[in-house]
Amino acid sequence: MRIANKTITATRLVKDALDKAHEFKDYNIFTFLNEEGALKKAAEIDAKIAAGEKVGKLAGVPFAIKDNFLAPFGETTASAHILEGFNSPITATAVAKLLAEDAILIGRTNLDAFAHGSSTENSYFGPTLNSHDRERVAGGSSGGSAVAVALDIVEFATGTDTGGSIRQPASFNDVYGLKPTYGCISRYGVVAMASSTDCIGFFTKSLEDMDLLMSIASGKDSKDLTTLDDYYNNSEVAKAEKVGIIKDFDNDSVAPEIRAALKSKCELLKSKGYEIIELEMPALKYALAAYYIIVPAEITSNLSRYDGVRYGFRSDKSTGLNELYANTRDEGFMPENKRRIMIGNFVLSSGFYDAYFLKAAKVRTLIIKEYEEAFSKCDFLLTPVAPNPAFKLGEKANDPVAMYLEDMMSVSLNLAGVPGLAIPAGKTASGLPIGLQLVGPRRSDKDLIEFAKVLKEDK
Amino acid sequence: MEVERETIMHLADLSNFSVSNTECESLKQDLGEILNYISQLDEIDVSDVEPTYQVFEMENVWRDDEILPQEATREELLALTKEQKDNQIKVPKVL
Repeated sequence: MRIANKTITATRLVKDALDKAHEFKDYNIFTFLNEEGALKKAAEIDAKIAAGEKVGKLAGVPFAIKDNFLAPFGETTASAHILEGFNSPITATAVAKLLAEDAILIGRTNLDAFAHGSSTENSYFGPTLNSHDRERVAGGSSGGSAVAVALDIVEFATGTDTGGSIRQPASFNDVYGLKPTYGCISRYGVVAMASSTDCIGFFTKSLEDMDLLMSIASGKDSKDLTTLDDYYNNSEVAKAEKVGIIKDFDNDSVAPEIRAALKSKCELLKSKGYEIIELEMPALKYALAAYYIIVPAEITSNLSRYDGVRYGFRSDKSTGLNELYANTRDEGFMPENKRRIMIGNFVLSSGFYDAYFLKAAKVRTLIIKEYEEAFSKCDFLLTPVAPNPAFKLGEKANDPVAMYLEDMMSVSLNLAGVPGLAIPAGKTASGLPIGLQLVGPRRSDKDLIEFAKVLKEDK
Repeated sequence: MEVERETIMHLADLSNFSVSNTECESLKQDLGEILNYISQLDEIDVSDVEPTYQVFEMENVWRDDEILPQEATREELLALTKEQKDNQIKVPKVL
């Protein structure tokens, strides 16, 4: 990434970013642009550089945040009507760490409302367009962040990944996207979706940038008691020998060009002396069903806080308090938010709890065991991110289950808490990006980034 | 799976939102299809498996029971509400 110095000023970098943001306005990438604030901050950094003062590792680097990160720059909306007018007085730890290194916030990016979706079409502000084909979806839920990086508006962007929301849009837009190990980066100040699977991560244009951002963002946070001690900066990169591919994913439900891309990367690895082994992971077949039980259950709980009383939108049609709650939630949530809350309440209801929620929690154990077993036989797994490249806008918008099926290969990592790195892996004949994901055991984030360099074609 | 109108209304009630008649029809279909999909877990026998509810490696992370400095002030937080009176959040009459 370009970092400000005496020759390239932060002001230049920020102006370029803002110009591009305007140029690509019709892609509907941003929910807020921090124009004045970014230029002001850039001038401050330039003055420091001119005076020979020390500046941060990300001095003047323009970046964007997914609009579910709290920070006092514009409203934090999570692309949902119910958070309208929410000007957060607090800053998410992940954002604070980036700002402390003098990165410059350009804007907030569009997402599926509350990150519920796989296309960014469920946004209250309308869909974001794909960077490579304007008739197709950006992917989701962090679609705006992926496109902002793919169109080179910003150097990097933050995202959240509960079931694929970083990796899938990264793969739809030809950029890198990392879902770190569960607990690696603080979630303080990020709108919660499903607490047992939510992860914070990044979109970048290079592996070096990803490494730099991880070294800055990871580590324990006293404000988030589910953070791990900083292992990232203390990781020794282990030598890898074997890469596993999952047989259960090699079937007709995956687009032929994606299967071919996987095959070609395997050939590349073989030519570089790595061993490819085929693994069977039969429980992964049930990961999606388990995910769409566990996650809605947690959503039901996390979204119960939106009542129109303390912050955000409040319906003005109500005469009583209960009516105020019901009307605010009715008008404030998108249809997919409602479906997930209702499914969550269903699977947690007495009479259904054992058959759904408890059963899904048991399937989760099987999935974790399968990953453990897999990593006793190989160093990493290489799999598709999604079964198809970016689909047409509207194609799956009215079919929730068809949309869920897009998450088939990404959700199991979140259930197991293991990291996954989406890497660009070529294009389809019609020019759509193809992505693959490299998966490793818990705390192998740095190894994944390092090993992904091996997967780049030698030029 | 067939989802009855009563089930939709009950779930809407548990979820604390109202559902219109047209919305109810589409929810019946969508929720039916989703439940159909997730019911495929019926296929596997997990009776001997322990459930997993979280994948964080630790449990019971404690801190000292003391008031820590807060990032936001009372005024900043009250400013986020639609209506306030006497330094408190105002809502419609309850009783």
